[in-house]
Amino acid sequence: MHKALLIDPHKCTSCMQCELACSFEHTGAFNPARSRIKIFEFEHGARSIPYTCTQCEEAWCLHACPVEAITVNLATGAKEVDANVCVGCKVCTIACPFGTINYSADTGKVVKCDLCGGNPQCAEACPTGAITYVDASWTGLARMQASAVAAHGQPGA
Amino acid sequence: MKHVIIGAGPAGVVAAETLRRIDPSSRIVILGDEPEPPYSRMAIPYLLADNVGESGTYLRHGDAHFETLDVEVRQARATGVDTAKKSVALGDGGAIDYDRLLIATGACPIKPPIEGIDSEGVENCWTLADARRVLAGAQPGSRVVLMGAGFIGCIVLEALAARGVELVVVEMADRMLPRMMDETGGAMIARWCASRGVTVRTATRVTGIARAGGKLTLATDSGDPIEADLVVCATGVSPNTGFLAGTGSAAGTSGAASAGIECGDGILVDHRLCTSAEDVYAAGDVAQGPDFSTGRQEVHAIQPTAVEHGRIAALNMAGAETPFRGSLSMNVLNTLGLVSSSFGLWMGAEGGERSTAVDETRSRYLRLEFEDDRIVGALALGLTQHVGVLRGLIQTRVRLGAWMEKLRTDPTLVMNAYLECTQGEAR
Amino acid sequence: MGWQRRVLRVDLTAGTSAVEPLNMEWANAYLGERGLASKYLMESMDPKVDALSPENALIFATGPLTGTMASTSGRYAVVTKGPLTGAIACSNSGGKFGAELKFAGYDLLIVHGRSERPVYLHIADDEVVIADAAPVWGTSCWNTEEWLKAHHQDPLLKVASIGVAGESLVRYACVVNDLHRAAGRSGVGAVMGSKQLKAVAVRGTKGVTVEDPKRFMSAVAQTKAKLWDDPGRRGLEKYGTNAMIDNMHGFGGLPTRNSQQVQFEGTTKINARAMRATGEDGHRNLVTNKACFGCTIACGRIAKINPTHFTIVNRKEYRHASGGLEYETAFAFGAECGIDDIDALTFANFIMNEQGMDPISFGGTLAAAMELYEMGVITDADTDGVPLEFGNAEALTIMAEKTGRFEGFGRVLGLGSKRLAEKYGRPEVSITIKGQEIPGYDARALQGMGLGYATSPRGACHMKHDVFEEDMDDVSGNGKAKPCKDSQDRIAAVDSTGLCWFTTSAWGLEEFAVQVDAACEGEWTAARLTEVGERTFNLERRFNLAAGLTSADDTLPKRFLRTPAPSGTAEGKVNELSVMLPAYYRERGWTSDGVPTNETLSRLRV
Repeated sequence: MHKALLIDPHKCTSCMQCELACSFEHTGAFNPARSRIKIFEFEHGARSIPYTCTQCEEAWCLHACPVEAITVNLATGAKEVDANVCVGCKVCTIACPFGTINYSADTGKVVKCDLCGGNPQCAEACPTGAITYVDASWTGLARMQASAVAAHGQPGA
Repeated sequence: MKHVIIGAGPAGVVAAETLRRIDPSSRIVILGDEPEPPYSRMAIPYLLADNVGESGTYLRHGDAHFETLDVEVRQARATGVDTAKKSVALGDGGAIDYDRLLIATGACPIKPPIEGIDSEGVENCWTLADARRVLAGAQPGSRVVLMGAGFIGCIVLEALAARGVELVVVEMADRMLPRMMDETGGAMIARWCASRGVTVRTATRVTGIARAGGKLTLATDSGDPIEADLVVCATGVSPNTGFLAGTGSAAGTSGAASAGIECGDGILVDHRLCTSAEDVYAAGDVAQGPDFSTGRQEVHAIQPTAVEHGRIAALNMAGAETPFRGSLSMNVLNTLGLVSSSFGLWMGAEGGERSTAVDETRSRYLRLEFEDDRIVGALALGLTQHVGVLRGLIQTRVRLGAWMEKLRTDPTLVMNAYLECTQGEAR
Repeated sequence: MGWQRRVLRVDLTAGTSAVEPLNMEWANAYLGERGLASKYLMESMDPKVDALSPENALIFATGPLTGTMASTSGRYAVVTKGPLTGAIACSNSGGKFGAELKFAGYDLLIVHGRSERPVYLHIADDEVVIADAAPVWGTSCWNTEEWLKAHHQDPLLKVASIGVAGESLVRYACVVNDLHRAAGRSGVGAVMGSKQLKAVAVRGTKGVTVEDPKRFMSAVAQTKAKLWDDPGRRGLEKYGTNAMIDNMHGFGGLPTRNSQQVQFEGTTKINARAMRATGEDGHRNLVTNKACFGCTIACGRIAKINPTHFTIVNRKEYRHASGGLEYETAFAFGAECGIDDIDALTFANFIMNEQGMDPISFGGTLAAAMELYEMGVITDADTDGVPLEFGNAEALTIMAEKTGRFEGFGRVLGLGSKRLAEKYGRPEVSITIKGQEIPGYDARALQGMGLGYATSPRGACHMKHDVFEEDMDDVSGNGKAKPCKDSQDRIAAVDSTGLCWFTTSAWGLEEFAVQVDAACEGEWTAARLTEVGERTFNLERRFNLAAGLTSADDTLPKRFLRTPAPSGTAEGKVNELSVMLPAYYRERGWTSDGVPTNETLSRLRV
C-alpha cells in the first residue's frame, strides 16, 4: 500500500516551513516561490490551507503529456516529471483540474510534487502535524479521493 | 475482438493503451502513415527551438513500448472504410478487417488559395518532415514570414524567434490569436512580440507569393510587400476525413447511406464517441464531438481533447459503457515567454457576468466569465501558477457562493475561491 | 550566503533607485537587521536632522537568517530616527514581508528623501518601480494591501504600508505588514508618511542560500527540536503573549489607569483565558493561533469580535477575523485605560492594525488624556463631547477611530502622551521615557525593567533587555545593572540575526551562533555574537548622543521615581534608578555622563 500526504488544515499555522523544506529539497535554496506545496491564507489568517498534488488516480497531467514526461514512480505512487523529457508545452498545467502542476519559467519545464522519492520534506518539516505522510489505507485516502471526486466529478463522466 | 485504430497520434495511442488495459486478450492494430514512431505534434516547436531532438517528440519512449503492450503499429495509409464489411482499405491495395474501428486520423494543415502558395520555400509546420524543412530554412538572420497568428502559428513563432531569425507575422484577423484571445489579450501579445523584435501585421492578407532568385516576395492587401527567405504557413487545420470519401460516406452530408459515416466539420460522434456507423468510433482532431460548454458537437483539435477522446472511445469500444459529458475547449501557449491560456466560454455566456483584471505594463490579464455563480470560461495572460483550477472550476461547475462578490472586484483570487469552495466545506 | 549581499537604495526626492553591494566589512561587524541597519543609518544621515524631514533615512532590514528554514526566520526591522523619541528607532516585525524582501534579493532597503506626491514602491526581484499611490492615499493599511494585490494581480504580494495615521504623521504611527504584523514602536510609520511613501509591495523569487547547507539543516533541526519542547514556547502557542497579564496583575506590576495603580481588577475579563472562553452565546474571541514566516512557536492570535457587540453590531465590515490581543494591547487598552471589555479592546486593536498605530503608545496616550479628563484639565469641549473616563470602553473605540482617521480630538491624541501632557501643562501625567509610552510593566515592581526603560536606545521598551527573572526574585535596584547590560547586548545580537526574541526561552546565544555559523561565511561563535550586540548597542548610543540626547534623558517618569506603588509585591516602593544607573554606566564602560569611553569604543571597534 502506498503512503500519501495527509493534510489537516486545522493544524496549519501558516508557518511556511513546508514551503521552505520543499524548495530546499528541490532547488537547494530556501525559496517558497519554487515550492510545490503552497499555503493559502483566508480571512486575515483565520484559516490556512496547505495545498499540493494528491497523486490522484486519474493522473490528468500524466495522460495529457504529449511526450510521456510524466510517469508513475512504482515505489511511491507519485506522478513524477522527468525534466529531461518535458518539453515545457504546459498542456498538463491546464489539464490538471487541481492546478497542482505548474510551469516554471526559470527552467522551461513543469514542476509538481514528487513526494521527494518517498520522504516528503514538507511533512518532515511541518511542526504541528498538519502535513503527515502516512499509510493511505488508514488515513482516509478513500475519503480524500471521495471528496476529490465530489468536487471534480469523474473524468469525462 | 480485433480493434483497428487509424492514426498514430495521441488519440490513437491512448486508445490503444486503454484498450489493452481493459481488454487484455484483444488484438490491437494502429495504422500510421508516417515513417516515424508515434510522435507528438505538440512537441515540434521545441524541436524547432533545438530544445529536443526528434526522439524527444515521440509519444512513448522505450523501443519496445508497443511490442510490450502487444499493440501492432503498422505503417500504412487507410484509403477507405467499408462499414458493411467492417474492413479498412489500405494504400498498398490490401485491407484490414476490424470488429471495432477507431478513426483518429487527426487533421492536416490547410494552405490558403493564394497564387504561389506551393512555391519552394513555403512550408507548413505540421509533421516531422515539415519541421526538418523549416529547420533547414530558418537559419540565424534569415528572413522568415509566418502566415497565421493562431494557436499553432504562435507556438511556431516562439520556436522560430528562438532560432534567431528576422521574423514577420502576418495575420488576416484584426488581432493575434483571434480564436483563443479577446482584443485585450491579443493586443497585449502583439505588443509583447513587437517589443521583442518581431514584426506583427494584423488585419493583413497575403494576396500572392512570388519566387525569384531564391527569394520570396509576398504581396499583401495592406502596405508594402514583404521579402522572405522562408514562409511558414500556419493558417489553420482541417480534419482528415478525405479518405472516407470513397466509402459511401461523404463529408458534409447527413443521412448518409447505412454504410456511411456522417460528417460535419469533422466526423460526428455521440456521447460514446461512436460515429453514425456501427462499431466505428472517432477521436481527436478528426472528431466533431460533444463540447462541454456548449453541448454542441465541435472540432477542438487540441491535445487534451485528443487524449480524452482516445480514452473514452477505447472504453466504449471495449464494452465498458462510458458516457461522456464533453471536452472542455482549452489552450495554453507560450509566446516569447508570455504564457497565455484560455478555457471554455472565455468569450462569455449569454446573460452571464464578467470580471477582469488588466495590467498593461506588466502584461498580465485575467478574464473570468460567469453564469450565475459558476465560472464558465476564462482567459489568462502571465498566469502560470495553479492555472489548472480554471479547468477544475469550470468543469465541475463549482458554485462560488460568497466568493462571487470577491471575484467581481478581484478575479485574481480565483485560486483562493477554488480552495475554499472545494476544500473548505470538507473541513 | 545567508546575506544576499545587495542593498537597494531609493531616493524619493530624485525618484531613483539603485542597487549597491552590501558592505561586507559592516556585515561582519554588525551581522544584519538591527545592527547592520544601525550602522547604515549612522553612515547615511546626520543624527541631528528632524525625524520627519527628508534628510532622515528609513531602512527596512533583514538579517542573514531571515527567509531561511531556521525557526522564526520571518523577522525584519525598520530602523530610522524616530519622531516620537528623537532617538534611533528600531522596530522589529514578523509576518511574511521581511522574508519576501530577502527573497527579492535584498538585505536592506534604504529610503531617502521625500516624494512630491504620494507613491509606493513595487519590488519584483530586480524590477523596482516607484509608482503613484494616489488610488490608496487616504485609505487604510488593509485597503492598501488589498488594492495592491488586485492591481498587480498577485495575491502573494507582500505589503508593508502605513494607514491614515502614518500619512498624518501621528507620532506613534507604525508600519503594518501582512495586515496585522507591525514594526510598531517609535513612530516609524510617521517617517514613512513624511516621505509620502504609502507602501512597499514586494515579491521575491530568488530564494536564500546558506554557506554550509548540510550543517545548517542539522543545526536547524536540533534548535527547532529544543524550541518545540520548551514550556515557554508551548505557553506562547496556547495562550499567546497575553498569558503575562495574570502574572503582572498578581505581582502588582500591571500599569493601571495611567500607572496610578499596579493591579487591574478587570484582568480576568481580558486575559488569555477570557480570549479562549466560549460565551453563553457561543462566541469565542480567539479563532486560532498563527505563525509568522518560518516560526514554529505560533504565538500570534487571530480573533473575532462578538457580532452583537456595540462596536460592530451595525458594522459588518469588522465582523471578520483579524489579529487579536497581545499582552501589550490588553494592558494598554485594558488595564492602563481601566477597560475590561474584551470586544472593545479587540475592536480598537483592529483599528490599530487597519490604520497603522502603535497600540502601546495609543493606549498610553489615551490613559494620560483620561487622567487629565478626570482631573478636569481636559473637558468635553476638548474631547468632541466624549467623556474620557477611565473604564469607558466606548471612549476607547471612538478615540481609536478618530486618531486613526486623524479627526477631532484624535489629532491631539496623535501627538503622543508626552506632547499631549505638555500641551495641557501637566508633563508629569505622561508616563513616557524619551517620549515613548511604557509597555505593560510597572517600573516600581520591576526595577531592572525600569533600568532597561531608562537606557533603551528607543525609550520605554520591553524588547531590548530581559531582567525579568531577576526582577521577579528581588524588588530592588540591587544587582540589576549587569544583567540589564548583558541582556541588552544579547538581545541586540538576536535582533541582528533575522530571528525572533521569543525563541530565547529555549535558546541561548549558542543556539543562534550555530545557525549563523552554518549560514554565513566566517566563524560565528556566541562570543562573537555578544560582541556584535554590544557593538550595536554602543553604536545606537552614539547615534542618540549625536542626535542631542544626554544622560538626562536616561530617566523615568516621576511617578515611578517619587510615588510609591500602591499595592502588590512592590507596595510602598519606588524605582531605584539612582542606584542602578551609575552601576550600569560602569558596566558599560561609559563615563558618568553616559558617554562611551574611547577605550570602550576602540575595544568594540565601533
